[in-house]
Amino acid sequence: MSEGSAASSDLAVRTRGLTKRFRSGQVAVAGIDLAVPRGAVYGFLGPNGSGKTTTIRMLLGLVAPTSGEIELLGQPLPGGLGLALPRVGALVEGPAFHPYLVGRANLERLDAADATTDPRTRAARIAAALERVGLTAAAGKKYRQYSLGMKQRLGLAAALLRPRDLLLLDEPTNGLDPQGTREVRTLVRELADGGTTVLVSSHLLSEIEQVCSHIGIMSRGNLLVQGPRKDLTATGRAELRVTTSAGQAGHAAQALEGLGLAGPTVRETGATAVLSTELGEVAPEKVSQVIVSEGIDLIGLEVRRPTLENLFVELTGEGFDVAR
Amino acid sequence: MSLADQPADRTGARLAPPAAATGTPSGPAELPTRRGATARLLRSELGLVLGRRRNQVLLAGLAAVPLLMGIVLFVTQDTPVAGQGPAFFDRVTGNGLFLVFTSLFVCLPFLLPLTIGIASGDAVAGEAAAGTLRYLLVTPVPRTRLLVAKALGALVFAACAVLAIAVMGLAVGAALFGLDDVTLLSGDTIPLAEGALRALGVVAYVALSLTGLVAVGLFFSTLTEVPVAAMAATVVVAIVSGVLDALPQLSAIHPGLLTHHWLDFGEFLRLQVDAGVLLEGLAVQAAWVVVFGALAWSRFTTADISS
Repeated sequence: MSEGSAASSDLAVRTRGLTKRFRSGQVAVAGIDLAVPRGAVYGFLGPNGSGKTTTIRMLLGLVAPTSGEIELLGQPLPGGLGLALPRVGALVEGPAFHPYLVGRANLERLDAADATTDPRTRAARIAAALERVGLTAAAGKKYRQYSLGMKQRLGLAAALLRPRDLLLLDEPTNGLDPQGTREVRTLVRELADGGTTVLVSSHLLSEIEQVCSHIGIMSRGNLLVQGPRKDLTATGRAELRVTTSAGQAGHAAQALEGLGLAGPTVRETGATAVLSTELGEVAPEKVSQVIVSEGIDLIGLEVRRPTLENLFVELTGEGFDVAR
Repeated sequence: MSLADQPADRTGARLAPPAAATGTPSGPAELPTRRGATARLLRSELGLVLGRRRNQVLLAGLAAVPLLMGIVLFVTQDTPVAGQGPAFFDRVTGNGLFLVFTSLFVCLPFLLPLTIGIASGDAVAGEAAAGTLRYLLVTPVPRTRLLVAKALGALVFAACAVLAIAVMGLAVGAALFGLDDVTLLSGDTIPLAEGALRALGVVAYVALSLTGLVAVGLFFSTLTEVPVAAMAATVVVAIVSGVLDALPQLSAIHPGLLTHHWLDFGEFLRLQVDAGVLLEGLAVQAAWVVVFGALAWSRFTTADISS
């Protein structure tokens, strides 16, 4: 499950056995081995309450792990927090700013608190960050007058106040309209193209799936699966469906077994029969050749690769309900 | 969203001037702390505390006390009730400087603790409630440094509160009653200049007397995400301390009480100021600051920030 072989320097985020048990006894995160390669866009997926936010809070040093290790940009936590965090931009559990300050003043406050930035470039960096998230026009407005989408944008601007090597974005599309969601995706893609590693969490798979190079799926505090997105969807789970005439179903089944495929299930519907089995390593064109050469009527041949959505639902249970 | 070129300014922002790099501890020195970083954080904190409308209203409310009392005294000075009232009240009409003392005397039991409670109780809990605490911490601001900044912000606000009363008392007193040589409690008279110095001493003593309560409030502020709870608890501590101080049965513990020495600022109005009395009061405050400062620190540097 984890990319144990990868050297830690190749990983922007690496955890081993990361666990958080709250004082109530609830285990929010149950020993996960997170591995976020440098340069990746890592989709951190899972239903609400599956432990994503607690994990991100531990990565940022806000919550102390009960056990386990964390390396953030190569720095072991908690000791290396001060060195790692200036290079990390974060959006945690929604944006939060002083409601009685205007947007720009809120960013100035955060930048003044950052001991590693240059105050002489502050105004320019703030202007660039606001421009980048499309908030320039509302920079002089009080935060309390912001809409949810504008608040989210200001949160993103805060994460972009300075160049970052890693962005931890917890539900960045929350509260955004479809247009805003698309803009966030574009922004994430731009940042990733510029070399920034992005970990983006969401309980809505469809919102971020398209931009992710890697996926990790959380459920009930466990990291069920993680890896490159194409590997997750292209593993040996593809299903083969062969349609023949009903009378030849038995013959076709033998032919498939001859290829080393597991015994297919046969479903007859009128004059035709559908045989389905797991495709495994066998090439689909090989299947069609063999069936035709056996003289079997090949009415249809279909390879069904699992979508990420299928995988997600399969792993986390139906739908996106609160896990607990 | 624009296509602002992120990688272009990548190196620029990360380089620090050589002066800032020297003297920083060894280790991966790619992100040295810039010179003046702590000062910038403090300035930002003070701007936040003093720029906030609620806090400005509080200061204005405190400044209204000497104004009101001055007006009442001015209007009633030729009536039979003239001079009846709190300590030093009867002297104000003769010397406006005493309006400073009487205003502080009136504000100490409740209005100043209330102000301190709001400022210090809000310090950490207010940021937690707004959610801004987590963003400050991931900026990152080391927790100890943030707590120190918060404490200093609350202390400066406490000083501003005392100054608001004193300055307004002086201005109103001077305008309505004029300033004169100061007649002390003993009946001796000292020149106005020395009287003014002693008034400064009073202001400083009263401000320092509030430091213990600031520390208590800061500690409560680290315990909760509900600022009002921390504020109320802080005010309650001051009031309970005052109640205990009034029970003769508890005289054994009186010298250590938070509020016991608050009114000792009257010492400045004796011919011979007894430094021992003042130092004892300040020592008690220092003890409260140490104990509750340490409690606040140990709590804040280890707490999970789940707000």
